[in-house]
Amino acid sequence: MKKVYANAAEALDGLLFDGMLIAAGGFGLCGIPELLIQAIVDEGTKDLTVASNNAGVDGFGLGKLLETRQIKKMMSSYVGENAEFMRQYLAGELELEFNPQGTLAERMRAGGAGIPGFYTQTGVGTQIADGKEVKIFNGKEYILEEGIFADLAIVKAWKADTTGNAIFRKTARNFNPPAAMCGKICVMEVEEIVEPGALDPDHIHLPGIYVHRLIQGDHEKRIEKVTTRSREEA
Amino acid sequence: MAWDRNQMAERAAQELEDGMYVNLGIGIPTLVANYVGDKDITLQSENGMLGMGPFPFEGDEDPDLINAGKQTITELRRTSYFDSATSFGMIRGGKIAAAILGAMEVAENGDLANWMIPGKLVKGMGGAMDLVAGVGRVIVVMDHTNKHGESKVLKACTLPLTGKGVVNRIITNLGVLDVVEGGLKIVECADGVTEEDLRAATEATIV
Repeated sequence: MKKVYANAAEALDGLLFDGMLIAAGGFGLCGIPELLIQAIVDEGTKDLTVASNNAGVDGFGLGKLLETRQIKKMMSSYVGENAEFMRQYLAGELELEFNPQGTLAERMRAGGAGIPGFYTQTGVGTQIADGKEVKIFNGKEYILEEGIFADLAIVKAWKADTTGNAIFRKTARNFNPPAAMCGKICVMEVEEIVEPGALDPDHIHLPGIYVHRLIQGDHEKRIEKVTTRSREEA
Repeated sequence: MAWDRNQMAERAAQELEDGMYVNLGIGIPTLVANYVGDKDITLQSENGMLGMGPFPFEGDEDPDLINAGKQTITELRRTSYFDSATSFGMIRGGKIAAAILGAMEVAENGDLANWMIPGKLVKGMGGAMDLVAGVGRVIVVMDHTNKHGESKVLKACTLPLTGKGVVNRIITNLGVLDVVEGGLKIVECADGVTEEDLRAATEATIV
């Protein structure tokens, strides 16, 4: 069982094909698989559908795959930070399926858990409910949402051991575990790969069963909005 | 006379009780955190954090630590982190006592519109639909009228909904209204605002 690969291109070798569905971890630019995204840019795979909470910013994160027109459709909850996204969307060159953020996370989690659909109150009475089955439980309306079963998951963690047991850091965890779970194959990039036994088994956030290929690399970890307070305020 | 942004936030903070887990939206709701005083309130950030702290000191920003508005923040001694599915599990599961959110329109039946204006750039609903559907109590904080002086407190929303019948209380620059059977009930008027002023600025039925 060899999970550790030398770099992102090798880790993705044989996994990419035109028209595939990719689930990507990250929230904004926090905890995004930046190395794997770049490798997909380099490979040139086309007509991608990408399930990701956001679409990156111009020139970074998934914004790179938008620039090269490799994405056909996004499944996201919020796409406001990307001018190229808006340009392509308004020009009719890009499909967009809005998902409430929790619905998107649960659709990934459900797909990973083998659950093809679930009912939720989120979106009831809104345009999100259009065309979806409605069911009443205890007198309240719920709508049917479907699990996401992705061809590939690309995620980023802080550390993992060579068997793929992973831990995340602070709010960089976000969509990474549910995205990892819903991929038929999951490729993970981390800041540090350690030997089995180096991580406390009680502290693993994502068990290695969900991780098929693994790379270590240097991350830019760009900050989208720097907000600070002055020391005088303290 | 009426309340300014900070006074609205201060009034909204009175809605919070000791021990509550609360989610604050972007804009005026964010200011509510400045007025909780001695109350033991835990703030949730839906990207995966309970126990959100203030902005970091300059130079201490951590790219792995942001809030749902993508701003750099800090952690507290009580902080916990979790993934997005768990985060919205606690929202949908009714574990979050209250959400304080901004709005474009609120209707007398509790309908809320705050995510899109047809024909204008649509950025997405983010977590707003999950929050209003799931949390214990939804409190809207907004200006009573739009920049054209038209009421944002309506008989029926004209914009696409974020949630249907979800709002419990509305706090505006003019006062506080509750969604009740048959319409809205005036709870209190802002400083220098009369009940007549409030009625005149409100399209919704006041009972």
